[in-house]
Formats: sequence, structure tokens, C-alpha cells
Amino acid sequence: MTYVFHFGPILARIDELLYGALRTLELTIVSVAAGLLVGVLGALGRSFGPRWLAAAVGVYVELIRNTPLLVQLYFVFFSLPLMGLKLTSDQAAILALSIHLGAYAVEILRAGIESIPDGQIEAAKALGLSRWQIIRHVILVPAARAVYPALTSQFVLQLMGTSIVSAIAAEELTAVANNMAMQTFRNFEIYIVVAVIYFVLVQLCDAGFRLSSRLIFRWKV
Amino acid sequence: MSLREFGWHEALFLLLAARWAVLLAVVAFAGGGLIGLLIAALRVGPSVPLRRAAAAYVAFMQSTPILIQLFAVYYGSAFVGLRPDPWPAAALTFCLNAGAFFGEIFRGAIEAVPSGQWEAARALGLRHAATLRLVVLPQAARLSLPPTVGFMVQIVKATSVASLIGLTELSRTATMINTVTFQPVLVFGTVAAIYFALCWPLSLLGRHLEGRLGLGRERRVAL
Repeated sequence: MTYVFHFGPILARIDELLYGALRTLELTIVSVAAGLLVGVLGALGRSFGPRWLAAAVGVYVELIRNTPLLVQLYFVFFSLPLMGLKLTSDQAAILALSIHLGAYAVEILRAGIESIPDGQIEAAKALGLSRWQIIRHVILVPAARAVYPALTSQFVLQLMGTSIVSAIAAEELTAVANNMAMQTFRNFEIYIVVAVIYFVLVQLCDAGFRLSSRLIFRWKV
Repeated sequence: MSLREFGWHEALFLLLAARWAVLLAVVAFAGGGLIGLLIAALRVGPSVPLRRAAAAYVAFMQSTPILIQLFAVYYGSAFVGLRPDPWPAAALTFCLNAGAFFGEIFRGAIEAVPSGQWEAARALGLRHAATLRLVVLPQAARLSLPPTVGFMVQIVKATSVASLIGLTELSRTATMINTVTFQPVLVFGTVAAIYFALCWPLSLLGRHLEGRLGLGRERRVAL
């Protein structure tokens, strides 16, 4: 028996998949923003904070980076309601994705902070810069520039990682595809089309990040 | 009300289920390693079309989620007239996916070997394949070791995704036990601990190897 492709039923409903792609982008952007905030605070805490804080951040980073996102997602989705925190699928997805990205962002930004020579910070102090000015102009911006490629490729991995939240039926591209597969039984064709959509999203993000690095860091060399 | 309590028996059951995650990771590592060697050889090889084809393969595998690749292979088995079966589908997908990443790791290591080594080998009259095998690869192997160990952590974690096509490994066993015990903190806490016990030693080893190549230091100035 040979398999006959039928892309017609899928292409007729391409708008549903594009809606899913938009939700995927939305999940990515929200969780990247939240995870980045966690990453900045965590990296500062780990490099300059008191010993207990540095240790606590270290435990968080190791725990998250050495367990699968899927298990983190299940933990958030199934456990938090028992502790009195009612979560929808989408909220649980955003929370798990943010916690996940946060750990990677801490580790990447910390590497950037470590690349800044001690002399830079001492020089900034000698020049009388305030603590906040040092953090912003001497530490964070140069650190972010140093690790910008690593950081943005982690964001792209996050975009692909959002596919996993379909496991708890949070609304995004993979979940839309799963529903469509149940209705049309054209599973193979659907996942080929969806793979192409993810591919395009990833390439667009890659190109966007490459372009934006020139704009963001242009005047700060 | 739950059907049963989470106890030692359930914990042991999870521990036993971990062997399927380990088996899948080992298969992905072995198969992916072989495919990776092939990809890397093509990417530094003399044939331009083969080089482009290998680059396209890597780009596609690295720019689509492994879950979608898994679904495509699983349901695509009907395309070659087979009944979808989680184990072969997962094994094949993980080998193909890991192969792309290993290919990039190996290529990076090969290209990090100084070009003088290639030129010296050519001056000594070695052909391309012999240069690669006798001169470049032994040096590249040392460089590729830390990222290879680091990527093994990613493989172990990624095996959890195979549960979503119905492979009864660690994560799927966990959701099944959670359904009957309804004690998610204990169930997923135990599962997280098992994954952590598998991954953390690899992470530490990778970092140690990286450190030997001369990276990482501690900050000594206070804010």
C-alpha cells in the first residue's frame, strides 16, 4: 500500500495554524521577558550577592538545567493547584517556561559578567560612578553584548521548546496541530507543514536577532 | 480520593522505568554519534553539493522542535507502509536529531584544528582522507569532548519528549502513576530527582573537561 499525500484539508485550515504560530510567538516573548528578568537578577545575585543568595541561585540553576522541561511543566501544572494556586493551562505553561529560561539566562549572563575585568569595576568606582550606574553601564550592558549570541540562541531554543506545552493542552502551534490531526487524520502532512512553520519562525528570529544586535550595540562600542 | 498511595513500590517502579530513558539516550548517543561523524566529514569534505546538503540537513534539524520531528516520523511510518510504533520512531528521530547536533560539534572541533596541520600533512603527501584520519581527527576529538558530554545531558532530558508519542519511559510512567495516586509533588519530585541524578554527573564532567581547556574564573571585586 502506498501513502497518498493530501495537503488540501490542511492548507484549507492554514489560518488556524497561523493563529497557533502567533500564540507560540506570544508564549515565547512573554516567557523570554520574564526569564530574562529572572536571569539578570539571578546573575547579579550569583556574582555579587551574599553567599547564601549565590548558593540559592546556584541550586536553582542546577536543578532546572538538569531536569527536562516536560517534568518541570507537569510539576507546575499538577502540583501548584494542590497548594491552592489555581492555574489555567496557559498560565502554567508561561510559568514553567519562564522558570526554565530563567535558569539558562542566569548561567549565560553570569558568564558575561565574569568576562568583565575586575579593573573595569574598580575604575568605575574610582571615577565616582554610583552603584546603579556601575551595574548598568559597566556590568550589564557590556556583559549582555559579550553573550548576546549565546543568549539569543537560547531564546530560539525557547521558541522550539514551547512545543512541549502542548502536553498540557496549552494553546499554541503544536496543540493546534494535534487537534487538527484528531479531526482530519492527515497527521503526517500536518506535522510536515508545522515543521515548515517552525523552521520559518526560527529563521526569522535568527535573522531578527542578528540585525538587532547591530542596532542595539551600535553606539556602545 | 486516590486509588493508591505513593510509596516505595511506586518509587521503585519509576526507578525501573528510568532504564527506558537511559536506553533511548544510549541509542541516540551511539546512532547520533555515527551520523554526526558522517555529517561532519561531509561538511569539511571536498564536494560542494554534499557540503550544502549536510548544512541544509543540520539547519532543518536544528530549526524545528524535536517533538514535531518525533510526530512526523511516528505518523510518517505509514508513508512507508508500516504501523506506527513508538520505539522505532523515537530511536530513529533521536538518532537523526542528535546526528545534526553532533555533526556541528565535530565540525567545530575539526575547524578549530590549526590550518597549518592540514598544510603540513599535504606537504608530507597525505591525501584528504588520510589527513583527516591521522592528523586532524585525533586533535579534534580532544576539543570536541566537553561539548559532546554537555550535549549528552540534552539528550537525556529530551528523551522525556518521547512520552508524548506514547513511549512508556520515565515521564509517561510518572503521569500514569500521578493519575492513580494524585500526589504530583511526590511523583514529579521523584522523577525530577531521577533525571537530575542522571544528568548532573554529566554536567559536572562536561564542566570539568571544559575547565581543563582553560575557561572559567571567580570574581574577586565587590560592588
